[in-house]
Amino acid sequence: MSVTTLPSRGVALRQPGWLARLFDYKPFLIVMCLTPAIGLLTVFLTYPLGLGVWLAFTDTTIGQRGIFIGLENFQYLWTDPLWWGAVFYSVFYTAIATFGKFALGFWLALLLNNHFPLKSLLRAIVLLPWIVPTVLSALAFWWIYDPQFSIISYLLVDVLHIRSTNIDFLGTPWPARFSLIAANIWRGIPFVAISLLAGLQTISPSLYEAAMLDGASAWQRFRYITFPMMMPILAIVMTFSIIFTFTDFQLVYAITRGGPVNSTHLLATLAFQRGIAGGELGEGAAIAVSMIPFLVFATLFSYFGLARRKWQQGEAND
Amino acid sequence: MTDVAAGPTNTNVGSATPDTMAWDSRARRVMMIYLPLSCFVLILLFPFYWMAITSFKPNAELLNYKEHNPFWISSPTLAHIKHLLFNTAYPTWLKTTMFVAVGSTFLSLFASTLAAYAIERLRFRGSPYVGLGIYLAYLVPPSILFIPLATVIVQFGLFDSPMALILVYPTFLVPFCTWLLIGYFKSIPYELEECALVDGATRLQILRRITLPLAVPGLISAGIFSFTLSWNEFIYALAFIQSGANKTVPVAILTELVTGDVYQWGALMAGSLLGSLPVALFYSLFVDYYVSSLTGAVKE
Repeated sequence: MSVTTLPSRGVALRQPGWLARLFDYKPFLIVMCLTPAIGLLTVFLTYPLGLGVWLAFTDTTIGQRGIFIGLENFQYLWTDPLWWGAVFYSVFYTAIATFGKFALGFWLALLLNNHFPLKSLLRAIVLLPWIVPTVLSALAFWWIYDPQFSIISYLLVDVLHIRSTNIDFLGTPWPARFSLIAANIWRGIPFVAISLLAGLQTISPSLYEAAMLDGASAWQRFRYITFPMMMPILAIVMTFSIIFTFTDFQLVYAITRGGPVNSTHLLATLAFQRGIAGGELGEGAAIAVSMIPFLVFATLFSYFGLARRKWQQGEAND
Repeated sequence: MTDVAAGPTNTNVGSATPDTMAWDSRARRVMMIYLPLSCFVLILLFPFYWMAITSFKPNAELLNYKEHNPFWISSPTLAHIKHLLFNTAYPTWLKTTMFVAVGSTFLSLFASTLAAYAIERLRFRGSPYVGLGIYLAYLVPPSILFIPLATVIVQFGLFDSPMALILVYPTFLVPFCTWLLIGYFKSIPYELEECALVDGATRLQILRRITLPLAVPGLISAGIFSFTLSWNEFIYALAFIQSGANKTVPVAILTELVTGDVYQWGALMAGSLLGSLPVALFYSLFVDYYVSSLTGAVKE
C-alpha cells in the first residue's frame, strides 16, 4: 500500500531485491507470465492434436504401439456404412438443431428485450438449462422419453386423447433422432438467447425512431434494422454453436449411446465406441480427425457467410 | 434503451388514447409477449420440475399414472435420496467432482490471469497473435482430442487419477478465462499502473496490488465459468477414469447407477438433482456476474 501513496519523496526508496529486479526485466516477465498457459495448452492440446492426426494414420490399439499404415483407416471408413451414417446424422443433427436453437433463441431474445416486471429474475431462470450439467439434464430427458412412462405419451394418450398408443421415442430410428435434436435445442436456446440479447441491447433506439417516422412496419423494422445489425454477433454465436453441436458427445451418449441400430451415432460417439470402448485407437482417431474438414468448412461458412461487411452495414444504413 | 420493440408502439397508442385501443394494445402485448414467454419458461423449466418431482416420488406412484396424478406427489419420500447417499458411492463422487472442479479452476485462473496480463498489459510484439492463438484453442473441441489425450495421460502415468482431469480441463478453461480477463484488464486505466511505476513499484507489485484487486469482478466471473464448465465436463472424465471412486458425478451416475434393464428412475433423478444443485447454487449466488460477463464476453 505504500507503493501508490509514498508519504514523502525525500525518503529513499527501498531497493528491490534481485528477484524483483529480474521480474522487472520485461522479456523475462512476459515469458514467465505466458509459460503456465502456453505450457498447459501445448502439452494437453497442441501435442495431442498432432498426435491424433498421427494416430489416424497408424493401426494403434490399446496397449500396442501401431505402425504407420497411410490412408488405410480412411479407406476403411469410406467403405463403412456406420461411418457414413454418423456423417449423415452429425450433419443432420447440426443443421436442424442449429436452426431450431437460433430461431427459438432469437425469438426469446426479442421477447426478453421488452420491459416487464421481474425481468432480471426471468433472465436468470432462462439460463438454467445451460448451467446444469448436460448429462444430468439428458438423464431427465431420457426419463421423459421413457417408452412406457413418458410424460409426453401420458399427456397425448390419457389427457388429450390425441393418440391411442404410447410413442416409442428412443426405440425406432427417426423418432430417436428427433428426440435427441429436441433435447439439444432445449439445451442450446438459453445461450443463444442471452448472447443475442446482448447484441440487441447495443442497437441504438434512434434507428428505430427514425424508421418509425418513415412509417416502417414492425416486420420491416426487424428485417431492415434488427436483423442486419445482429449479423456480426449471429455469425460469432453461430460459429460456436455449429462447432459444439457437430462435435457433441454427451447428450447422445447419455440418452441413446448411438442406438437404436446405430441410427443416432454422431462422429464423436462413433469415435468413442471404436477408439476407447473398442480399443482401436487408430481407427477412432481417424474418425475424430474426419470431423476436422467439416468443422473448418462450417466455421468458414458461418463466419464469412454471415459476417460479410455488406450484410453488417445493412440496407437500413444507406 | 432495452425497450425498443414495445416502447414506441405504446407511446403512439397512448397519445391516441381511446380506451378500446389501450385495451387492444394490452391484449396484443399479452398475446405477443407474455404468452410466448410463459411457454418458453414452462418448456425450459419442465425437465427440472420433472427431475425434482421424480426424486421425491415413492416407486408405487412413480410407475402408476392411472391412480396417481403424475404431475404431483401424494406422499413424498426421501427414500431415493437416502439410497443415493448411504447405499451408493455418491458422496465420494461428489467429493471427487468438487476436488477436480476447484483444482482445475484455480490452475486455470492462475495461468490465464498471468497470460491475460502479459497479453493486454505488458504489450510486446506479437501479443495480439499470442492472444489469437489462445483464443483459437477454445475452438478445438474435446471430442477430437480425447483419444490422443488418453494416450498422453497413460504416458504420464495419470490414467484413472483425478489429477489427469485437473491438468486437462484447463485446455478449454484457459482460453475462455484468458479471453474474459483480457476484456477486464482492458477496462482498467493504464494511468494507474503508470503512476505506480513512476513511484517505483515493481511490475509484480503493480500486478498484485493494483491490477488484480481491480480485476476482481473479472476473476470471479472467470472462476464461476471455470467451476461450472469443469463440473459439467463429461467426455474426458468418461475416457480417463476407470475406477468407481474416482469418477465425477455426471459419469458415475451414467455408468454406475444405470444398471440392468429396470432403471431406478427415482435414484437416477435424485442423483441428477443433487449433482445439479452445487452448480445451480453457485450460479444463483453470482447470477449477475454470470449474465453480465456472458453478454460482455460475446460483445467483445
